[in-house]
Amino acid sequence: MDLFYKLSNGTSAALSLIPVLEEQIFRSSVIETVNAGSRIESLFAMPEGENFRIFAILLNPKEHVLLITSMETAGTYQSLTPALPAAHLFEREMAEQYGIVPEGHPNLKAVRFHESYAGKAPWTNEKAPEIGMIDFITMRGEAAHEVAVGPIHAGVIEPGHFRFQCMGEDVYSLEISLGYQHRGIEKMMEGKVSPRTIRMAETAAGDSSIAEATACAAILEALDETVPSAKARRIRAIALELERIANHVGDLGALAGDVAFLPTASFCGRIRGEYLNMTAELCGNRFGRNLVVPGGVKFDLEPARAEKILKWIDRVYPELKNALDLMFDCPTVLDRFENTGAVRRELAKDLGLVGMAGRASGLLIDTRYDLPLNDDPRPKRISLKHCTGEVMARAHVRYREIVTSHEFIIRMLQEELQGEIRSEYNGKIPADKIAVSVVESWRGELCHAVITGTEGTFRRYKITDASFHNWTGLAMALRGEQISNFPICNKSFNLSYCGHDL
Amino acid sequence: MNETIYWILWLIASFILCPLLPGIINKVKAFFAGRKGPSIFQLYYDLFKLLKKGSVISNTSGGLLKLAPCVSLAAIAVAALLLPLGIVNSPLSFEGDIIVFFYLLGTARLLTVWGALDTGSSFEGMGASREMQFSALAEAAIFGIIGCIAALTRKCDLTMLPATAFSGSISAVAILLCALAFFIVLLMENCRVPADDPNTHLELTMIHEAMILDYAGPDLALILYGASLKLWLFASFFVILLFPAIQVGLLISSLLFIGGIIATVVAVGIIESCMARYRFIKVPQMLIGAFGLSLISLFFLIFFDGGIK
Repeated sequence: MDLFYKLSNGTSAALSLIPVLEEQIFRSSVIETVNAGSRIESLFAMPEGENFRIFAILLNPKEHVLLITSMETAGTYQSLTPALPAAHLFEREMAEQYGIVPEGHPNLKAVRFHESYAGKAPWTNEKAPEIGMIDFITMRGEAAHEVAVGPIHAGVIEPGHFRFQCMGEDVYSLEISLGYQHRGIEKMMEGKVSPRTIRMAETAAGDSSIAEATACAAILEALDETVPSAKARRIRAIALELERIANHVGDLGALAGDVAFLPTASFCGRIRGEYLNMTAELCGNRFGRNLVVPGGVKFDLEPARAEKILKWIDRVYPELKNALDLMFDCPTVLDRFENTGAVRRELAKDLGLVGMAGRASGLLIDTRYDLPLNDDPRPKRISLKHCTGEVMARAHVRYREIVTSHEFIIRMLQEELQGEIRSEYNGKIPADKIAVSVVESWRGELCHAVITGTEGTFRRYKITDASFHNWTGLAMALRGEQISNFPICNKSFNLSYCGHDL
Repeated sequence: MNETIYWILWLIASFILCPLLPGIINKVKAFFAGRKGPSIFQLYYDLFKLLKKGSVISNTSGGLLKLAPCVSLAAIAVAALLLPLGIVNSPLSFEGDIIVFFYLLGTARLLTVWGALDTGSSFEGMGASREMQFSALAEAAIFGIIGCIAALTRKCDLTMLPATAFSGSISAVAILLCALAFFIVLLMENCRVPADDPNTHLELTMIHEAMILDYAGPDLALILYGASLKLWLFASFFVILLFPAIQVGLLISSLLFIGGIIATVVAVGIIESCMARYRFIKVPQMLIGAFGLSLISLFFLIFFDGGIK
C-alpha cells in the first residue's frame, strides 16, 4: 500500500482510498516528505468511533499534487513539532478541538479558547478556559519588562493579544494569543449541506471573500463532478486578482501611514476604494460577496462592463504607480523598511510560511503554479530578487504582485470569451468522500478540506487560512527587533484574525 | 508705556491664537496629501468639546496624574510671559531669563513624565523613558544655542539679536547654524515628524502621545492647549533667532513676527509631508547633530568673530 494518496487540486476521492498508517510510519513519512520539499497544507483530526483519525494533507509542488495520508490514535501520539515546527499550531488545534495530546510538544497552549468538540483540552479542567489566559513565556531580570497590547487596539482592527518581553526598547520574545474572533465556522459547516454552506465559508476571512468562496465552490464542484465553464473561471480569476490588488494597495498605504509618510498613505487609502468599487461593478459587492457560486459565478461580465473596468484601470493605475513610486523612492521610508522585521529563508521554510510573506522570504511558493486549480488562468510569476524577508521585501513583493495582477486583468478583460457563466450544478454530495481545494488568496494559500458523511452531509470541514501558517512568522520577525517597529512588521504581514480564529 | 500695552495685547493674542498653529500644520499636510483636511479651527472645537466632558482616572494613580496637566500648562504659560514681542522685550524680563524660559518648559515636561509614570501603564512608562532620553539630548543643543546668543549679545537674555550680528558674514553663518539646530530641537520637542508622529494611533511607536494616553476630558484639553502654546513659544523663539532687531515700528514688527511664526509652522508641515519619521535609534543621532551644529556655530563665534569680549 502506498504511503500517500495523490489527489489533484479541487477533486475528490473515496475516503477508503486514503491510507491509514501506523503511528510511526505516519510520522516518519510525513516528516520525510516535508523535508524532501513538500509542505503542510492541513493537519486535522476527525473522530471515528471512540478513536480519532488524523489526516495530513501535504502539497508536493514538483508533481503538482496533494499528498494525503492518515493515522488512527486513541488520544495520544508523539508530537511532530520537534521535527516539523510548521506543524506546531495544527497540533495545538487538534489538542484543543478533540483533546488529542501530542506528546513532547514544546508549547502546548490553547489556540482559540473554545469548548472542546470531544474530550477536553489537556491544559484545562474547565469546559472552556477564559480567553487570553495562557502561560505566557516570560522573562525575568532587573531591566526586563513586559508590554501587553490588545485585545482592544487603537485602530479599527480585529482583536488579538500581543505579549512582548522587552529589555529597554529591544524585544526578546513576542507571543501572540488569538481566539477572540472564534465563531465556530468549521462546526457550522458540518451536517446537511445547504446553499448557506458556501456563504459561511466565504465569511471565514472577509478580506479574502473571493478566495474562500472559490475554495468552497471547488469542493462542492468536485463532489458534484461539475466543471465550471472557462468563462466562469476567468471571472473568478479576475475577481481574485482585484481582491489581491485592493488588499495590497490598502496595506502599502497603511505601511506608509505607520512610518508617517503622508502622501502615499492618503493616496492608497483612496485608490484601494477604487479597486473595491471595481469588484462591486463586477458583482454588486465591494468585497465580492455572492459572486462565486457552485458551478460558476452569479454575474456575467459583458463586453460593455469589461470595457468600463478597463477604462477605470487605465485611469487609476498610473495614479497608483505614482503613489507607490513616491514611497519606494523616498530614502527615509526605505530606511524604515530595510533591515526591519527579517524572517530569513531557512526560518520561513521551517515555520512553513506561505504566500506573499513566504515569497518575500525567498521561498518560491505560489499555489497558482504549484497546484493550479482546473487550469484557471493566472498572472505571471513575480521575480524573487532581493527577497530577504524584511518589511521592505514584503512591501516590494506586494508591489510586484500589483503589477503582474494588473497585466493579467488587462489581458483577461481584452479577450472576449463566449459561453455560459454557470454550469449545471446538481448539489450532489456523495457519501464517504474526501475533497480538497487550495486557492492562492492575497495572503497566501488557503486550503479547504472536507470529508463527507452520509449522502448530502459534511462530516468534517477543515479550513486552513494562510494566516494560520503565518502568525508564527510575525512573532519570530519581532525577535531582536525594536518594539517601536512592531506596527510596520505587523502591517507588512497583515494577517487575518478571523481567518485564524474561524 | 505704549510698548508695555502693546506687549500685553500681544501676550493675550498669543494665548488666544496658539491653537491655530496645529490647525495650520494639518492644513499644509492635507494640501500635500491631496485632501481637504480639517478646518484650521479644529483644535478650538476639540478643546471646547473636551472641556464639556468628564474623565476617568486610573485606580493605580496617586495625585500626580491629576496635577500634571495644570502644573505643566502653568509652567508653559509663565514661560510665555518672558517672551519678547519683536523688538519689545517683555516687561518681566531679567538677566538670564533665557535659562528660566527653557527650564520652565523643562518643568512642564517633568510633570508630564511624572504624571505618565503615575499611571503604572507600560505604554506610558515607555513613552516617559523615551521622552527623557531624547530631551536630555535636546537640552545639550539648547545650551549650545544659548552659548551662541551669549557670544553674540554678551548677555543671557531672551531678546532679539542686534542687527549688527547679521551684517558680519561669520556671525550670520553662525546664526543660521544655530537656527537650524534649534529647528531640529523644535521638531523633537513638539513631537513632530521625523522625531515623533503626532497623528499615530500606535502606542508602541509613540513618545509624547504615549504619556497622555490616560487623560481625557478637561485634563486632555489642558494638555492639548499646553502643547499648542509650547509650539507657539518654540516658533517664536525660532523667529527671534532669525530676525534682526531693527526699528520698523511696532505694527510692522509684530506683523513680521506673526508672519515668521506662521512660516515656521508651514515649514514644519512641509517637512512632515515629504518625509517618513526616523526609527528611534536615529532620533538621538539627529539631536546630537543639532548639538554639533550649535557647537560649530559657537566655535565660529569664538575663534573667528573676536570671541567673548
